[in-house]
Amino acid sequence: MNLTLHVWRQNSASDKGRMVRYEARDVNPDMSFLEMLDVVNEELILKGDNPIAFDHDCREGVCGSCGFMINGVAHGPSHGTAVCQLHMRHYKDGDVLFLEPWRARAFPVVKDLYVDRKALDRIIAAGGYISVSTGSAPDGNAILVPKDKSDRAMDAAACIGCGACVAACPNASAALFTGAKISHLGLLPQGQPERRQRALSMVAQAAAEGFGHCTNIGECEAVCPKEIKLEVIARMNRDFLKASWTSRQKPLAGSDG
Amino acid sequence: MQLDSKVPSGPIEQAWDRARFDMKLVNPANKRKYSVIVVGSGLAGASAAATLAELGYSVKCLCFQGSPRRAHSIAAQGGINAAKNYQNDGDSVYRLFYDTVKGGDFRSREANVYRLAHISTAIIDQCTAQGVPFAREYGGTLSNRSFGGAQVSRTFYARGQTGQQLLLGAYQALERQVHVGGVTMLANTEMLDLVVIDGRARGIVTRNLLTGTIESHVADAVVLATGGYGNVYYLSTNAKGSNCTAIWRAHKKGAAFANPCFTQIHPTCIPVSGDYQSKLTLMSESLRNDGRIWVPIKAGDKRPPDQIPESERDYYLERRYPSFGNLVPRDVASRNAKAVCDDGRGVGESGLGVYLDFADSIHRLGRQAIVERYGNLFEMYERITGEDPYKFPMRIYPAIHYTMGGLWVDYQLMSTIPGLFVIGEANFSDHGANRLGASALMQGLSDGYFVIPYTLGNYLANTKLEKLEATHGNFRASEAAVTAMTERLLAINGNRTVASFHRELGKIMWDYCGMSRTAAGLETAIQKIRRLKDEFWRNVKVAGGPEGLNQSLESAGRLADFFELAELMCIDARDRNESCGGHFREEFQTPEGEALRDDEHYSYVAAWEYAANGAAPVLNREPLEFRYVHPSQRSYK
Ligand SMILES: Cc1cc2nc3c(=O)[nH]c(=O)nc-3n(C[C@H](O)[C@H](O)[C@H](O)COP(=O)(O)OP(=O)(O)OC[C@H]3O[C@@H](n4cnc5c(N)ncnc54)[C@H](O)[C@@H]3O)c2cc1C
Ligand code: FES
Repeated sequence: MNLTLHVWRQNSASDKGRMVRYEARDVNPDMSFLEMLDVVNEELILKGDNPIAFDHDCREGVCGSCGFMINGVAHGPSHGTAVCQLHMRHYKDGDVLFLEPWRARAFPVVKDLYVDRKALDRIIAAGGYISVSTGSAPDGNAILVPKDKSDRAMDAAACIGCGACVAACPNASAALFTGAKISHLGLLPQGQPERRQRALSMVAQAAAEGFGHCTNIGECEAVCPKEIKLEVIARMNRDFLKASWTSRQKPLAGSDG
Repeated sequence: MQLDSKVPSGPIEQAWDRARFDMKLVNPANKRKYSVIVVGSGLAGASAAATLAELGYSVKCLCFQGSPRRAHSIAAQGGINAAKNYQNDGDSVYRLFYDTVKGGDFRSREANVYRLAHISTAIIDQCTAQGVPFAREYGGTLSNRSFGGAQVSRTFYARGQTGQQLLLGAYQALERQVHVGGVTMLANTEMLDLVVIDGRARGIVTRNLLTGTIESHVADAVVLATGGYGNVYYLSTNAKGSNCTAIWRAHKKGAAFANPCFTQIHPTCIPVSGDYQSKLTLMSESLRNDGRIWVPIKAGDKRPPDQIPESERDYYLERRYPSFGNLVPRDVASRNAKAVCDDGRGVGESGLGVYLDFADSIHRLGRQAIVERYGNLFEMYERITGEDPYKFPMRIYPAIHYTMGGLWVDYQLMSTIPGLFVIGEANFSDHGANRLGASALMQGLSDGYFVIPYTLGNYLANTKLEKLEATHGNFRASEAAVTAMTERLLAINGNRTVASFHRELGKIMWDYCGMSRTAAGLETAIQKIRRLKDEFWRNVKVAGGPEGLNQSLESAGRLADFFELAELMCIDARDRNESCGGHFREEFQTPEGEALRDDEHYSYVAAWEYAANGAAPVLNREPLEFRYVHPSQRSYK
């Protein structure tokens, strides 16, 4: 099949950027979307042009590196699928596709479809962990975790940190991402001691990074390649509110070893 | 070159305790003054960086991805072994040790393996405490599954995303240290050279992949945790960016490279579908617990699987290996798949595939049980192939998956360059000629959480290091060399892309240095690699310039190193006139077609020394002694 691509080309953060049209010919339906772009890029390189930059690594839908908008939808049309796992059999001859990077204040464009998402790491650094230094753990089975709790924690922990939720949200909120980590750890007995502090610190950091507020629109859930549920945001809000009302704790200051 | 393995004397059970007691400690107040660079943020690197920072060292950690959480370890699916014996099925530290030495076909160092088995239990405790959501039983205890090469159930798992969850645990510990200033994280940063001063590793030179800036970093010790080199085959289950650059450039600075030809081919991957293919996808080995592997009995039988009656199917692993059946180790399963396909009994369009069939298990356990165990793997399969594995058997074929070879390290995980430590898949240490499933995650975390924090401290406490600045001549020289290589690659401006060269190199390696090898084939491969490398340096076309994000330049630099490593792999494979584990030399096999070891002549680690200017590499041998597990012909019958 043959496709027409309109791709966002932007040389660097300071460049203005524009859409450029390319033809993708003889696309094999068994190819992945990124393999289709590989083939386009090979041609561009041989012609002396710059290949289209996009982030990727595992190509198995788990590292969270890949991601861009296809016709306005984060990761494209296939539900619960990162773009590296999207296959061309979902398209037909003559389709016209518009590819654009994630757009959010907290995700500066590096080049073309490649954005910098280190803001998400800083949200985790603010409190997305259980503070247990190596060597101080009790026996694994000393901590019993009811299976349903553990399963739900795992559902939330499946987040790959790709940022599609942010890109899809009209407010560019990172609530699904942040809520997923808060839910993962907050559902487990191990995560209780820091539960409130964690919510306060992570939510504060997300705001400081320039992510917007959640207004319950739900676009994030619709595009999440790991199908993280909106309820993680409700959990986050509960933990955050409880922490704000009842606790004397302040967000982690970054000085307690 | 002197290879001192530094294995402690005395009974193996107490070796690690004794070694730790003999180590010199660094005064807690002084730790802050020591700077350590950890290259890599996979399981090995993230766990090491976090733990070293917890102890108080000043740590810099690097990864080439945009975030440490995106390291290749994230993709591991099946599980992690530990000798917890929670199932009460006869497991013990000694049994895990025994299985690993035997599984490695008697080409690993016993003391290292024992330590690994010993530490395995603490890893599960640590990860559980961090909040890794391991699978649980209804009573709330940890659940286990079995894996290839073992008859006990000792594998811990988090659905089909074990690597992801373990890495997120280590990543979170790492970010906690970033937050308190113990670790400076440099993402999107690639190490391009190791700097050695007065015979010791004293720092690295890097390229910032977003800006193109070349920078020097001084340290008191350097830890490489840069993963495996399976991508020398182009098509592998590794992430696209996995590469050998860090270890290869350290090798060129004096670190011996051990057993480079020991590579692992994983039996259960989705078969290749076309020449645009950019990588191969693994289907976790855990599937072999409930899936049955078969091909038609008749060669050329092209009927769809549901029309081939039971009596015309060959469940060849169950037939040949009645006691291990579908759970034989990976090398055995892979070679058998190749053999049936070579017989013309392979399935799928290309004939390079065998069935992995869940019909019996779905019938016996119900669909829900299968969904719970493997749901995400089944989805992944369907997404890639467009076929529903609940209805049709999966088609699978072996693919390159893991590299047992790597930089040589002693018991302290230090390379032949003092001050350069190597951990995780990047070193050669624990898996011999074949790694058992679910043991790489265990090794990476054992090295990072529990070994390196001690051995690195011991090195620092015993060594007087001069204060250095990045303006030192050796740093300047490395920066100049790195810059010159970039300029050279960009200046060639030929007619072939990096990927096209890489694909061709991969094909040579797969054909001649893959699942089975011959002396003559390896000789051919060496000639072909040299010619291709020559053409690469004359005819490659790298897009863009030295500044800013340039993915074409990144892959060109990595491929340049793969060419050199590929040649060494073939030399090593040609030199080892025996078959063992994943290294199968057709000339050396038993009448039944199993690997035939030659313990009299090859019971050693081959540690290769780099020789500059195209001279032949120099072989050093570390003899292997087996005092506990006596070498025998592996049998999984
Ligand atoms: C698909 C798949 C499934 C697997 N499943 C299992 C399993 O179920 N159980 C099991 O035990 N094992 C499994 N393995 C093997 C296991 O995942 C790996 O061996 C292990 O994760 C390697 O960890 P590592 O920390 O050594 O390296 P990696 O995770 O590969 O990390 C390497 C790190 O080094 C960095 N790096 C590399 N080069 C440079 C450079 N030049 N400069 C800067 N940074 C650099 C990278 O950015 C990365 O952070 C699997 C492997 C694959 C491919
Ligand atoms: S490339 Fe890893 S999730 Fe897509």
